[in-house]
Amino acid sequence: MLKGKCNLVVFGILAGIVAVILAVMGNPGNMAICVACFVRDIAGAAYLHTAPVVQYMRPEIIGIVVGAFIISLITKEHRSTAGSSPMIRFVLGFVTMIGALMFLGCPLRMIIRMSAGDVNAYIALIGFAGGIATGAFFLKKGFSLGRAYDSKPADGVVLPVILVILFLLSITTTLFAASTEGPGSMHAPILVSLIGGIVFGIAAQRSRMCFAGGIRDTILMKDATLLIPIGVLFVVMLIYNIVGGNFHFSMAGQPIAHTEVLWNILGMYIVGLAACLAGGCPLRQLILAGSGSADSAISVVGMLLGAGFAHNFKLASSADGSTPAGRIAVVASIVILFIIALVNIRRNKA
Amino acid sequence: MITLDARGLSCPEPLLMATEAVRKNPGETVRITVSTQNAKENIERMAAKYGKTVDVQVVKPDYVITIK
Repeated sequence: MLKGKCNLVVFGILAGIVAVILAVMGNPGNMAICVACFVRDIAGAAYLHTAPVVQYMRPEIIGIVVGAFIISLITKEHRSTAGSSPMIRFVLGFVTMIGALMFLGCPLRMIIRMSAGDVNAYIALIGFAGGIATGAFFLKKGFSLGRAYDSKPADGVVLPVILVILFLLSITTTLFAASTEGPGSMHAPILVSLIGGIVFGIAAQRSRMCFAGGIRDTILMKDATLLIPIGVLFVVMLIYNIVGGNFHFSMAGQPIAHTEVLWNILGMYIVGLAACLAGGCPLRQLILAGSGSADSAISVVGMLLGAGFAHNFKLASSADGSTPAGRIAVVASIVILFIIALVNIRRNKA
Repeated sequence: MITLDARGLSCPEPLLMATEAVRKNPGETVRITVSTQNAKENIERMAAKYGKTVDVQVVKPDYVITIK
């Protein structure tokens, strides 16, 4: 058991070091390796939206999925599965992005922003934890999206293969859009991003890193084991930010962030609740998709399209704050999540 | 003995099923089948916390966990 906890610390440090390297090598402020932001950038690169400042085929996302794929093959955990309410999972991925782009970050970036002293992220954590507590309540009541079944082995390989093809096209052609200004234009060298993503994916797969799972298990099981790698990642980034002079404890003036308390809370409330219902945070969905889950792959596709939708219909926030359409979409997303939670409670619990 | 099938269920459902069974039926053996290493590890950790002994059999591609 102690050895297991040591491993969690080691993988947390590894993930933290990757985040530091990516931050140093050019990724946007307090972003380092943000699943929501980078899926959004990929959506932009593929013209699913055309917001000029957030378009780039981020190799980190591709690396995370491929890293999880490789390590799950090595550990023989790779298993093609499908059939656990895929369309509901699509919607969960979709609304996750509406919430994440209201706040401007996934739970991973929330932790990274917290490590740089961004008070808005601490405020958003309240919403995130609230969303998870709500999800935990429904799980206790018997919420389930049903079981997945084994699918054809090739099924679990599709997403990693598509992502590798997209990556190869992005480095050999000019097919995809790439921002010339704004966050999308800020990035570490391609190879560093790719290898960083792969290492991060391996560390996350081995440590079962899940930003929702850590808080959820603490609430449901009084078990904080899954919080270990996240806490370690936070500390590594905190040290980097303090040593590098990037730590500024304030609400205003934080990079790619806004200061609207209510909407930061509600945005991350969505992400927390959706993550609980989907069985994992956005990072975990990437890892599970890499490990063969077609259900999680569908959730990732939902995130991709949700990101495109959020920018096309001006739902996504910016440093200037939220948008009226974004606020309506956030409220609608919360309603949708409650409907999903309520209609999927098993009548006769095991 | 209580027998549960948690194959294919998302995290943390297998763990919740196992925990509920252990809590509600003290002294009784609980046998639960899961499909992921992750669920297996979670249940092992829970059982240890309740002071139970765990026996895991690999019945490819699943795990049959017996909690006593």
